[in-house]
Amino acid sequence: MSSQKTILKLQGISKRYGGLQALDNVSLDIRSHEVHALVGENGAGKSTLINILGGIVPRDSGTVVFHDKEVVFNKAQEAIDAGIAIIHQELSMLPTLNIIENIYMGRMVSSFGKINWKIMEEMAREQMARIGLEIDPYSLVQDLTASQRQMVEIAKALSIDASLIVMDEPNSSLSEVDSEKLFKVIESLKKDGMSILYVSHKMEEVLRISDRITAFRDGTYVDTVNTEESSVNDVIQMMVGRDLEREHIHRTVSEETILEVSELCSSRFQDISFKLKKGEILGFSGLVGSGRSEVARAIFGADSFDSGSVLLENEDVRFQSPQQAIRSGVAMVAEDRKVQSLFLKQPIHFNMSMAQLPGLARKQVVKNDRVNALVQKYKEKLNIKMDDSDDPVNSLSGGNQQKTILGRWLATSPKVLILDEPTHGVDIMAKAEIYKLIHELANEGVSIILISSEMPEIIAMSDRVIVMHEGRITGDLKEDEITEEKIMTCAAGMLSYV
Amino acid sequence: MADAVSVSKGQKEKASLLSKIMKQRETGVFLVLVLLCVVMGFASPYFWKPQNIFNILRNMSTIGIISIGMTMIIITAGIDLSVGSMVGATGMVTARLMYMGMNPLLAVVLGFAFGFFLGAVNGLMITRVKIPPFIATLGMMSVARGLTYFFATGIKGAVASNIPLANSAVGFMGGGYIGPIPFPVIEMVVLVLVFQWFLSNTVTGRQIYAVGSNAEAARLSGVNSDRIQIFVYTLTGGFCAMSGIISAGLLSTAATNAGTGTEMDVIAAVVIGGASLSGGEGSIRGAVVGAAIMAVIKNAFVLLHLPAFVQTITLGVVVVLAVASDGLRKKGQPGK
Repeated sequence: MSSQKTILKLQGISKRYGGLQALDNVSLDIRSHEVHALVGENGAGKSTLINILGGIVPRDSGTVVFHDKEVVFNKAQEAIDAGIAIIHQELSMLPTLNIIENIYMGRMVSSFGKINWKIMEEMAREQMARIGLEIDPYSLVQDLTASQRQMVEIAKALSIDASLIVMDEPNSSLSEVDSEKLFKVIESLKKDGMSILYVSHKMEEVLRISDRITAFRDGTYVDTVNTEESSVNDVIQMMVGRDLEREHIHRTVSEETILEVSELCSSRFQDISFKLKKGEILGFSGLVGSGRSEVARAIFGADSFDSGSVLLENEDVRFQSPQQAIRSGVAMVAEDRKVQSLFLKQPIHFNMSMAQLPGLARKQVVKNDRVNALVQKYKEKLNIKMDDSDDPVNSLSGGNQQKTILGRWLATSPKVLILDEPTHGVDIMAKAEIYKLIHELANEGVSIILISSEMPEIIAMSDRVIVMHEGRITGDLKEDEITEEKIMTCAAGMLSYV
Repeated sequence: MADAVSVSKGQKEKASLLSKIMKQRETGVFLVLVLLCVVMGFASPYFWKPQNIFNILRNMSTIGIISIGMTMIIITAGIDLSVGSMVGATGMVTARLMYMGMNPLLAVVLGFAFGFFLGAVNGLMITRVKIPPFIATLGMMSVARGLTYFFATGIKGAVASNIPLANSAVGFMGGGYIGPIPFPVIEMVVLVLVFQWFLSNTVTGRQIYAVGSNAEAARLSGVNSDRIQIFVYTLTGGFCAMSGIISAGLLSTAATNAGTGTEMDVIAAVVIGGASLSGGEGSIRGAVVGAAIMAVIKNAFVLLHLPAFVQTITLGVVVVLAVASDGLRKKGQPGK
């Protein structure tokens, strides 16, 4: 393989989003005929790098050399023209149009404004044949399977004569058989002289398909290794690196079980069983899409489940709606603040009082003094920075918005509080305050389920950690077992600590 | 010293209250209405005569009453195209029952029940069958109009005919006066005050805003959004029945074409009043002011002897301008 030459060289790339250093002086080189894997935890900077490479966000500093030429992409089109094709995790396709249109959108061959379907069809078939996609090119994309859609995206990349294809988590929605197909296609592309940057956090895949592996951690470059010489543990070690010291706050959790979930099953998760004690902080870890949020939503009555039971204080509850859950003392801060929690245009007091509204009313009439008292209480308790509670909630910063939502749920005096990514997109100060609050609540006897993608958060906060992988519990870790390495191993589905 | 401080604080509060009022979308619409009235006062000496003012108010009463329900529907991010047909159908049912010799009070009660029923069907189609509001109520628009013809002519469907309103007490609901004030105006004012209060002060009222602002967040906050939606559509059916009986009373006859085109006037009034079709925004106050603006414009064209087509064009322009100016106002605000 001495014929390999470097086609892409990134050097000293940095990128800052507001207060967050997403990438700090990272470097990466990709050779021809190479499948290069990029690994790292959530927030390691993988996505930012892809976006810089694709001309979607500008870099703050550093150089990109592509085919021996220094390049700066200001627009996505410039990267495409240069021969870099990016296949995003959430495929960006036009579902109601056919395959030909999806491959050649913006580059349709036409005469006098009329599309020349014959030529287009031939061109599309040629690209599709290269990757063994044997379906009618006139099929609508919305009728295709996830795997076929991915192939269409690859065909599109081929059609622009890309020499580098970036695949962001290409396997997150594929079945095992489909993954095999994808690997074969990748192999054949490699033989044709193409380079592939394969971004993933699935160990098995990465070890199987790649030639070299580069790891990022917290926005910095860690190392690049040859896959042949590496083991699973080496890769995990690269991704994890730091030894997170668990703060041993000796919390005495009572033995009283508050919530008992047994053999909960749905299409998104299987055989979920666990017990939550009074005043316990139970961490839920696992990759995005492992089913953590889905389990929480099922318990809360937001989604239905097929079988299994949920016992709240030894009473069989199967909440048909969040309304029932709230009445029984279960609260949930949902994963996506803007989409699932906030009433953006409405006043702060409106946002904070919504879940507890019936309790703030007498005979259906909302008592404004009770609402104001509530706002005042949580403004002080959570240190929410606001001018006037009549202001719309979207005038607040992310951290204060999140505190407003926390206020909404604390107002319902929950026995069980589910927190799904409670510190996502909030600043460091607010984060620390939210952590302190979680501890206070637990000490007051509130049982907490803490779902988080941030490893340090899970490790520092949890009394116990449940790890999920592809809809199943693969780890139930206590005290000394709560280490980043063990969690990562379970999350990758490599080992079970149940 | 302490006094001075508190005075200045009081002034500051006053100033901020004033700026809050000025920032409210209804304020701008209200100023437009005032301006329109002032201009009309100069243009026609007849405009400010009490009789004319009461005329305007009476003419807007049916639109005003239905716009109460439509405002709530639009706040939930819905729409109801069937209101005009429901006006026709409920008025016709009431008149037909009385014509057949039924006790007038019972006939009116059944007319209302029919309105609530049609509205509830809209709500159930939207929530249980998941038909988009536009389509569900478009269907109802046609069905209710068909039912109007049916109640007017019977099963044979002979020549569509109007049915005279047989009872003067029921006629009073639309055509009566208390002193100089037309009775429908009183009905409208009372309903507007009651439901404006309802919308801003009750649990259900606030949940209506929640459903329209963010349906998923509302559900996760324990709001039964199906119940809320069925409620607003059902209530609107009731307002349509009220308007149907008023307009039958006003003309002393239930016409098969009663309420035709009303849905557009009502939607226009609600939108002029500051509601957003994407939901979560709007007020009944604003909608009534919107209805008043349209009524004053219609009145102006009669008083000034202008041709009807100019009036129709002007009304269209007003709706578009109202929404456009709102877009500009929003753009000017920080953080949007």
